[in-house]
Amino acid sequence: MAETMLAADGTPLKRSLARALRRQKLRALALIAPLLIFVLITFIVPIASMLFRSVENEIVQNTLPYTVQELASWDAATGEVPDEPVFEAMYFDMFIAAEAKRHTRLGTRLNYEQTGLSSLFRQSGRKLDDLGKDIQKPLEKLNSDWKDGETWYAIFNGAPADTALLATQRARVAALTDNPTEGDVNFAPRADIAQLLPKTARAYTAWAVFEATQDGRDPATRDPWEALPVALATDLQTADLSAYSGPGADLLRAAQSADLPTPDFTAAFTDMDEDWATIIPWQTIQTHSSTYTGGYFLNAVDAQKTPEGIAWQPDDKQILLKLFGRTIWMSLLITFSCIALGYPVAWLLANLPMRKANMLLILVLLPFWTSLLVRTSAWKVMLQQQGVINDVLVWIGLVDDANRLIMINNQFGTIVAMTHILLPFMILPMYSVMQTIQPSYLRAAKSLGATNWTAFWRVYFPQSVPGIGAGSILVFILAIGYYITPEIVGGTKGVFISNRIAYHISSSLNWGLAAALGSILLAAVLVLYWAYDKIVGIDNVKLG
Amino acid sequence: MGLPPYATLGQRIWYYSFRVICGLIFFFLVAPIVVVMPLSFNAQDFFTFTPEMLRLDPAGYSLKHYEDFFTNPQWQLALKNSLIIAPIATVISVSLGTLAAIGLSQSHVPFKGTIMAILISPMIVPLIISATGMFFFYSSLGNWMESVLGLNKGFVGYVKVILAHAVLGIPFVIITVTATLVGFDRSLTRAAANMGAGPVTTFFRIQMPLILPGVISGGLFAFITSFDEVVVVLFVGSASQKTLPWQMFIGLREQISPTILAVATILVVISIALLTTVELLRRRSERLRGMSPG
Repeated sequence: MAETMLAADGTPLKRSLARALRRQKLRALALIAPLLIFVLITFIVPIASMLFRSVENEIVQNTLPYTVQELASWDAATGEVPDEPVFEAMYFDMFIAAEAKRHTRLGTRLNYEQTGLSSLFRQSGRKLDDLGKDIQKPLEKLNSDWKDGETWYAIFNGAPADTALLATQRARVAALTDNPTEGDVNFAPRADIAQLLPKTARAYTAWAVFEATQDGRDPATRDPWEALPVALATDLQTADLSAYSGPGADLLRAAQSADLPTPDFTAAFTDMDEDWATIIPWQTIQTHSSTYTGGYFLNAVDAQKTPEGIAWQPDDKQILLKLFGRTIWMSLLITFSCIALGYPVAWLLANLPMRKANMLLILVLLPFWTSLLVRTSAWKVMLQQQGVINDVLVWIGLVDDANRLIMINNQFGTIVAMTHILLPFMILPMYSVMQTIQPSYLRAAKSLGATNWTAFWRVYFPQSVPGIGAGSILVFILAIGYYITPEIVGGTKGVFISNRIAYHISSSLNWGLAAALGSILLAAVLVLYWAYDKIVGIDNVKLG
Repeated sequence: MGLPPYATLGQRIWYYSFRVICGLIFFFLVAPIVVVMPLSFNAQDFFTFTPEMLRLDPAGYSLKHYEDFFTNPQWQLALKNSLIIAPIATVISVSLGTLAAIGLSQSHVPFKGTIMAILISPMIVPLIISATGMFFFYSSLGNWMESVLGLNKGFVGYVKVILAHAVLGIPFVIITVTATLVGFDRSLTRAAANMGAGPVTTFFRIQMPLILPGVISGGLFAFITSFDEVVVVLFVGSASQKTLPWQMFIGLREQISPTILAVATILVVISIALLTTVELLRRRSERLRGMSPG
């Protein structure tokens, strides 16, 4: 006899209960939601942005869009320098990049992969105007109207507009400068001229967008860049102007029939720097032109992406793997020192009467609660050559005044200071495990004839292993990510991978590499935490 | 566990040498902190004990480093910043954290494990990595706040550091408050509801007083986290938001001045006061929940 139970308001009990449960879940989620959103925005998104930055490589594509396009069909394996169209695209890309002062940034980026490219880009950016002047002068001599920005504007502006061209150039300038390019530019490339003189129209549109959105000036009255005459001269080589009757038709025809110098882009670049006549810069650009790259991760493990595939860095640049190794090795040493020093103390605390143990526990908790900077400065004071320890050793005559021990700015300094700083994290979990070990087991072992040592080693120690495990993982995780203490007492020999990350963020500005190093470290820590959770359980983390 | 009267000579030797070893380890733990204190009263600009100090000659001691701390505009700016940033960050972490901890302690929370992992993650991720991620993200966030919201640069700087510190303090609040809530007797809230109290009244009159010790000690942890934090503030903040640890770090790395030791001593005294408070709160909380004080 299945009769539905009814709640007080007449609905079936099952549904009523389900509704109550749902309401309870929603209420719990509503309480959690503000914090969850807060943590997601202020913490998880930043971490994700770091992971993204370690593979992101839009800069080559954004700075040299047309060069990358032209280079795609070039095969470096032939050993020959790319053809003229690549140099031509490079000239126009470089010109606008130099105007936006972004070419040096690209040079710095490519310099991570190939030493020397930074100065190549910087110097070429400076000499880029020479080619423009060679063509600008004859053109202006031919007709002084070319000097006037309004002449150019009249030729290229008008309806019907080539909206696609305007949109691509807006996007290009936005990508190049990282600034928005929306809004009125008071210019639209006319479709017929854009078809007739495609390179000039493209260069002019890019210039107009840049002028209007980045410098806030009206392109109608401004004189265009020196690259424009060059583009015009290039276009006029092949353009068929016979049917054209729009603005400036006579000017253009006169320019075409006059013997303007033919721009030779290959020669111009070779003049700027002979390195452009080698395949090295082109190869580097081609290899690193993809929008996403594993290059930073390869750099982080002392390898690099070369045109021939993945290879090791040159020997003198291989430092990071060694640094990872040293970080792990020193963290292990610190962990073992903490076990050695922490075990006796934890044992003593667990076996003393409660009142005495609590008194001694304060000596453990005091350093735990003291500011990290205070403890680090204390160690600097203690370990210096004119510091307290050396003074005491000299005073009791163990060390000669002239040969004071060097205990700071090396690995010894880092290990001592960090062992001190992390020791409470070892003692506290060990202590809480040892408190649960029954002393009667030890007594039983002894009454069965075990010596003190056997009783300890065979009975007590195995029961205390979970405490050692918990403390060790905790100390090790904290140690491999430490930054402040190694920075202050570590000198150059006693620093960790985290100091290298900080260096790349604040000094070398190689943020992609910093992000890749950070991602590797994060992965290592997460794996260790996963192990910690399996062994100890995150919920068992206790504070104080 | 005293020494039994029938202990052999070897056992006696081991017993006493073990005590000595432990004494040395305790000495190792406390000595650096204790050494700093008298050195901060040094009349000279040295980091070591001068002969006058060892003779306990009053001329060897002075308060000049403390005076420097309280008059030097750099240190005063750092102190002021620390006292602005840490309390605000603590209020944010405690208020959001307590609410979330109450939500998490309900019986039916979907995706509880994942949520907990996300909320605890700021404590797990090494500071240098948090700082790296925040460096990238907060600089664009700051630019956005300045250009789109039109806020002034100094204010945005504080907002960035406060947000960063607040999120670093959250795991501590979550852990301490959830721990207090484990022992919370739910029938008390039910009884209150039975007698006609609304959820808000129940929360403030019944639940809050009982979990208050956990909330306060979580808050203290969050406060200490922010007050002692240097890596993130170095990466996210600018010189006008420099805090006490920042100033100490710069001082230790570049030109080391004994004022650092005076500051260190003040901080040690503060941490002793906080340690005592937390310990008293823990005992009170255990007494309230009917456990034996331990």
